[in-house]
Amino acid sequence: MNTNSNLYTVIYSTVLVVVVAAVLAFAAMSLKPRQDENVKIETITKVLSAATQSDNTVSIGDDTDVMAMYADKITDAFYVNGNGEKVGSMNTGKDNVKNIIVASTGDLKKQNDIIKQIEAGKTGLLASLKLPVYVFDINGEKVTVIPCYGAGLWGPIWGYIAVAADGRTIDGAIFDHKSETPGLGAKITEEPFYGQFKGKSFGEGETIFAVVKGGAKGASNGVDAISGATITSQALGNTINIWAKYYAPYLKASAEKTCCCGDECETAKAEEE
Amino acid sequence: MKDWKETLLNPIFKGNPITVLVLGICSSLAVTVQLKGAFVMALSVIVVTGLSSFVVSLMRNSIPNRIRIIVQLVVVALMVILVDQVLKAYAYSISKTLSVYIGLIITNCIVMGRIEAYALGNKPLPSLLDGLANGAGYGLILVVVAFFRELLGSGTLFGFRIIPESFYGAGYMNNGLMILPPMALILLGCIIWIQRAIQKDLQEK
Repeated sequence: MNTNSNLYTVIYSTVLVVVVAAVLAFAAMSLKPRQDENVKIETITKVLSAATQSDNTVSIGDDTDVMAMYADKITDAFYVNGNGEKVGSMNTGKDNVKNIIVASTGDLKKQNDIIKQIEAGKTGLLASLKLPVYVFDINGEKVTVIPCYGAGLWGPIWGYIAVAADGRTIDGAIFDHKSETPGLGAKITEEPFYGQFKGKSFGEGETIFAVVKGGAKGASNGVDAISGATITSQALGNTINIWAKYYAPYLKASAEKTCCCGDECETAKAEEE
Repeated sequence: MKDWKETLLNPIFKGNPITVLVLGICSSLAVTVQLKGAFVMALSVIVVTGLSSFVVSLMRNSIPNRIRIIVQLVVVALMVILVDQVLKAYAYSISKTLSVYIGLIITNCIVMGRIEAYALGNKPLPSLLDGLANGAGYGLILVVVAFFRELLGSGTLFGFRIIPESFYGAGYMNNGLMILPPMALILLGCIIWIQRAIQKDLQEK
């Protein structure tokens, strides 16, 4: 048989490609549920570890059943838009841990694209934002976890920030990245960096939060940047600042709702009336 | 029997693809920060080189000569994507640290090099062995480099602390340079140096 003829070459390559495609399609389809599960567990682990940083009695190890722990601690999970209104809810897995729904980094990226357009002036899109919010009950304390997502130096960076019931104080934070420089920008995932966030709070005005080079100098709405990773640090600061801005209406509203003790609430009620 | 032994052992020591042929340098710099990652990468490459050599050898008499390279590439790509998908499903955290480097096995010259040089002219079984052995030769160097980089750069091995905390208290510090790729190149150079000093016949006159 002449293996050099045109016809043979065309048929051979066609058959080869079809066979390879079939094998790959089969492999991708049969492994997909497991892969999605892995991604989901990773996101849940991040959200949960941000929420539980304020509580020393909870630790998350490699063998922790994060799904069960999440379903146990969470009280509500939903989406809010840029005006602070609820626009849909997520399954918290209270009925069955298999039903837990969390916003993947892909979902966060979509929201970030909308935020970018709003920043560029299209303020009409505020109502179409769908920002995920996770509300936990950590030993009686209400902790709200809000994600953030943005561009780092080499690729996307994202994180989860736990906010206390007053809507301003940060209870904990955790960050992740796709491809920041190992040993420099990649340090945002390490405890010495994210540990700084606990006890800080979101500020009012232009700078809600900042990651400052040369030290935050005791400012309550800033943490120290990582030396040698200026761009990653700045990018993270910007990301938190921008996302916190769009969460601010919701956080403010929820804080007013929960502070039903003392004078502040009385005045708020009076104003409503 | 002697031939088989030669096929298996030559690529690991005397004809090592990294230290003698100097192939696959890129990935060996990138994935050797931690031993665990290097180990999984080594296994992945062994599987890919072995299986693609085997498959190409099975097809060797039917491949049209003009599209030979493309056919090989498709076979290699198939194996790499399969390995990548399996890792994503069953070893997610490691697959995340290895990120694109699993996908980049496709461009690893060792795989294509062995198919061109060996699998196209030999029977399937010896080709399989040749592929596995070359992958192992690559993996061996990877693991040796990763051993030193993780020990000196992070003070751990496979994530377990080897250098005790008290050393750090006494002023010992991890070598941050070890974590960055240039140090891997220097370590690799040292390994090549040692091998050439032992095997004199590798030295150019």
